[in-house]
Amino acid sequence: MSSFQEIIFKLKQYWAERGCIIQEPYDVEVGAGTMCPETFLRVLGPEPYRVAYVQPSRRPADGRYGDNPNRLFKHSQLQVILKPSPRDVIEQYLASLEAIGIDLRKHDIKFEEDNWESPTLGAWGIGWQVMLDGLEITQFTYFQQCGGIDLDLVPAELTYGLERLTAFLQVKDSVYDIEWAKGYSYGDVRYRDELQYSVYNFEMADISTLWKLFELHEGEAARLLRLYDPKATDKQRFPLLPAYDQVLKCSNIFNTLDARGAISVTERVGVIQRVRKLAVGVAQAWADQRQPAPEVAQ
Amino acid sequence: MNPASLPFLLEIGTEEIPDWMIPAALASLRVLFEKLEIAHDSVTMDATPRRLVLRAEGLPARQADSEEVLLGPAPPPGSGVGAPLDRAAQGFLRKHKLETSDIYLQETPKGSRWAAKRRRPGRATRDILAESLGGIILQVNFPKTMYWTGKGGPRFIRPIRWIVALLGDEVVPFELAGVPSGTVTSGHRRLGEREIVVTTSNYEKRLRESYVILSAEERRNKIRSGMAGVRVKPDDALVETLAYLTEYPTPIVGSFDAEFLELPEEVLVTVMRHHQKYFSVEDEHGMLAPQFVAVMNIPSDPEGFVRRGNERVLRARFNDARFFWETDQKKSLAERLPDLAHVTFQAKLGSYLEKTERVKALAASLGGDVHAVRAAELAKCDLTTELVKEFTELQGVVGGLYARAQGEPEPVWQAIYDHYKPESMDDAIPRNATGRIVALADKLDTLRGCFAVGLIPTGSRDPFALRRAAQGVVRILVEGKTDIDLEPLLRDAAENAQPLADFIEDRIRYYFKEVRGFKYDEVNAAMAAGWSRLAELEGRLIRIQSLRSSPDFEPLAASFKRIRNILEQQKFTSANAGEIDQRLLQDGPERELYDEYLHITGQPIESVISRLRLKVDLFFDKVLVNAPEEGVRRNRLALLGTLLQEFSNIADFSEIVTTS
Repeated sequence: MSSFQEIIFKLKQYWAERGCIIQEPYDVEVGAGTMCPETFLRVLGPEPYRVAYVQPSRRPADGRYGDNPNRLFKHSQLQVILKPSPRDVIEQYLASLEAIGIDLRKHDIKFEEDNWESPTLGAWGIGWQVMLDGLEITQFTYFQQCGGIDLDLVPAELTYGLERLTAFLQVKDSVYDIEWAKGYSYGDVRYRDELQYSVYNFEMADISTLWKLFELHEGEAARLLRLYDPKATDKQRFPLLPAYDQVLKCSNIFNTLDARGAISVTERVGVIQRVRKLAVGVAQAWADQRQPAPEVAQ
Repeated sequence: MNPASLPFLLEIGTEEIPDWMIPAALASLRVLFEKLEIAHDSVTMDATPRRLVLRAEGLPARQADSEEVLLGPAPPPGSGVGAPLDRAAQGFLRKHKLETSDIYLQETPKGSRWAAKRRRPGRATRDILAESLGGIILQVNFPKTMYWTGKGGPRFIRPIRWIVALLGDEVVPFELAGVPSGTVTSGHRRLGEREIVVTTSNYEKRLRESYVILSAEERRNKIRSGMAGVRVKPDDALVETLAYLTEYPTPIVGSFDAEFLELPEEVLVTVMRHHQKYFSVEDEHGMLAPQFVAVMNIPSDPEGFVRRGNERVLRARFNDARFFWETDQKKSLAERLPDLAHVTFQAKLGSYLEKTERVKALAASLGGDVHAVRAAELAKCDLTTELVKEFTELQGVVGGLYARAQGEPEPVWQAIYDHYKPESMDDAIPRNATGRIVALADKLDTLRGCFAVGLIPTGSRDPFALRRAAQGVVRILVEGKTDIDLEPLLRDAAENAQPLADFIEDRIRYYFKEVRGFKYDEVNAAMAAGWSRLAELEGRLIRIQSLRSSPDFEPLAASFKRIRNILEQQKFTSANAGEIDQRLLQDGPERELYDEYLHITGQPIESVISRLRLKVDLFFDKVLVNAPEEGVRRNRLALLGTLLQEFSNIADFSEIVTTS
C-alpha cells in the first residue's frame, strides 16, 4: 500500500518523465492550483510549457473543524499543465493512474462533462470530472481563456485530488485515517490545521482588519498596474509577478471574509469584480510584456 | 455510368462527448450528409461517447454524367453555317479544342451565337465526399464547442482524435485538425485495442471485439437486462444518460446501511440519481430498499472493487446529507425567515425576504386562506439550509419536509414542498389547492417583477426561467381548474404590462396547441373571445373542438367570416350595430333569420347550429345586404352584427380556417 507521500512521489516522477518541470508549491495562499502563476500566467503566450506541482489549496468555507471525514479547509491538489496538450493526453493521464497502482481493467472510469469557470480569474475551459468507481478524482480541463484572453496554445490542466485518491487507494472512509508516511496518519499531520483555521475563519477573523488588508493589497496591485507602460523599452523588468501576489492575497482574504459571513450576496458580485479586474489586468500586462516595446519614432 | 453500389462509413473519433448532446449531434450530422444529395439506399446513425458514426449503403461510385452547352461568340452579321469562320469563332474552337463539325448556331436572348455541347463525366463520389466531409463535420451542431489545436483552429465539441472514412474498400481522403482520415479506429479505452484496422463490413464486429457496443439500443437493452433481477425504479432518462456515457455498460448492484433509510426518500434518491447516476431500488411494497444499481463501463467486477468503491462514495454522501439534515433541524424554518434578508432574489428586486412579503400578499389576494399565507411565508426559508445549499435541486422539497417535521399542517407543508411545480411539461402541478395558490403567487411575482425591471426573455436567453414560470401559471390555472382572472394581475408589471400579457398569451397558445393538441385556428378563435380565465377558455375550446365535427360548422364559420368582412367594410362592429327595427325587416329569408335569432338566443350553439346554418345560408342566398335604401341596409347590418355578437363569447368563429 502506498502512503500519501509515496503517491505524490510517483505522480511527480511520472510527469517528470513526460517532460514536466517539477515545481514546489507556490508560497502565497491560493484557493486552487490554477491560481498559481505557474498556471495562470504560464498558459498565456505562445511558448510551450509543462509543469507539475502539488499545491495546498485553501478553501476557508469548506473547513469543518476536523470533524467531517471528507471535507477540508486545506486540501492538496496535484496540478499538471501540458501546454500545448499532447494528442494522447487522456492516455497519458490514465497511465498515471496505473502508475500509482490502479488497475483500470478492474475499475470503472468515466469522463463526465464538467466545464470549469473562474469568474475571479476571467478564465474558463471545457472538460470533465473524472469518476473512478463513482468517486470524482480529477478535474480535466482544456483551457480556452485566461484573464479574458483567448489562449494561443490550448493547455490541458489535470487537477488530481490527492486526499481522495489516497483514501481510494488505501480504502479509508476518513481522510484523517489515510497514511501520510509510515507511522503518521493524515490526521497526525493536518488535524490541527483544520481545527485552528476553522476557528479562525468562522469565529475569530477580525472583519474590519481583513477589509483593511484587502484594500491595502488591492491598492498595491492597482498602483503597480497603473505604472505598467507597454511602450517602455525596459518593461521586461516591471514587477508583474509581485503585483500578481497582491491579487492572490486579495482573493484569499475575500474567501476568508466570505467564510466569516461578512459578505452579503449583493456585495459578493462586486468584490469578485474587483479581484477579477486586477487579475485580468495582470494577465493582459503579462501577455504584453513578452512583446518587444514598439519602436519609438525618431 | 458506373452502376457499382458502395457502402460508406464515416466515424468521427473524439474524446468523451457529453452524453446529452449526442442524439442531436447525430441528427445534425445526418441532415448535413443528406444535403450532399448523393444517392443512397439507407443511412444508419450510431454513437458512443467517443465516436459519431454514419453508415450508408448503396452509394454510386460516380455521379451521373451531364451535358453542358458552351456558348461562343456571335457570328458576324449575314454569315451563317457554311460560311468561313471568323477570328472569334476560330478562337472559340481553339479554346475548347473543338472541331468545326462540333459547333452549331444557337438562338439566345442576345441573338444567335456559336455553341457546342460537351459531355461532363459525373464526378467520383469519393472526390465529392473527400472535399465535403471536413466541412460537414465542423458544421455538426453542438450547444458549446472548443478549440484545441491552437487559437483560430477548428472548433468541435471535444478534440477529434481519429477519423475513419471509407467508400467501399477505399479511404475517402481528407484531413481535419491535423487528423488524416483512414481505416484505423480505436477500441474501449482500457479493454480494447488502441488501433484497429477496419473495413465497412467488419467495422461493428471489430469494435465489439474491442469492447465497444456500437448500437445505443443494444447498450440500453444491456443495461435493462442487467437490472432484470432487481426491483429498480423505472428511469428511462437515466438509462439514456448511461447508454451514452459508456461503450460497454454493465449494471452492478450495491447496498447501503439500512439506517440511512431514516432520511427522507427524496434526499436519498437525489443523491443516488443526480449525484451518482445510480438507479434506486424498491422492495415488494414499493418502499425504498437499501440497495442501488450502478452502471460500469467494463464487463464485470469479479473482485468487487467497483461495487465497494461505489458503496463507499455513497456512504460518504449519505453521511453528509444526514449531517446537514440534523444540523438544519436545529433552526426552524420560521426562525430562518429574517435570514432571507441576506439572500438576493435579484439585484433590482431585492432580497428573498422582500419577495416573500410580496408573495404572501399576492397569495392572499388570489383567495388563499391562512394556510396559503403561512406556506408563502415559509416557502423560501429552505434556501438558507445546508441541505439545499448542497442539493440545490431539492429546494422546496426540503422546505416541505422540514415543515412537516416541524409540525406545520398538511396543506402548508405540502404547499411548500410543491411550490416550484410544475418544473417541466411532464411534471405534475401542486397536489393541493393551497399549493396551487402559493405556486401561482410565486411565479406571478417573479414574472411581474422581472418584466417590470426589464428582464424580458429574448430568443434563447431566459436566465430567470420565465418561460417555465409562465407555462407553470398556465398549467396550474387550467389543470388545477383555478378560476382566477389573469389579465388584471399582469398589470403590476409597470410599463411592461403589455409585453408580459403578450408573453403569457404566447404560452397559453403554445400550451393549447402543442401540449393539448387543439388546432391553431380553434385556439385563435377561442382566444379572440378572451383568455383571461383559462379554465373557462379550456371549456370553450373543448366545445369548439366537438362542434367542428358537425357538418354545419365550417359553412357557418365561413358565413361568420363573411359577416365580419361585411361589417368591417361598412365600418360596423357588432357593438355599434344598433337596434334591429322589426318594421324594416323584409318577409322571407330576412325575417326568418330574425325569428330564428329570437328563438335561439341564449341557447348553446351546439343545439342550434344546423337550423341556424340553414337560415344564414338562405339569407345570403336571397337577400342583398347592401340594399340601396339606407335604413334597410343599416337594419340588415344590425341583424348580422347582433347574430355575430350572440356567439362571440364562445369564440370569434371567423378565425376558423375553412377547407371549402
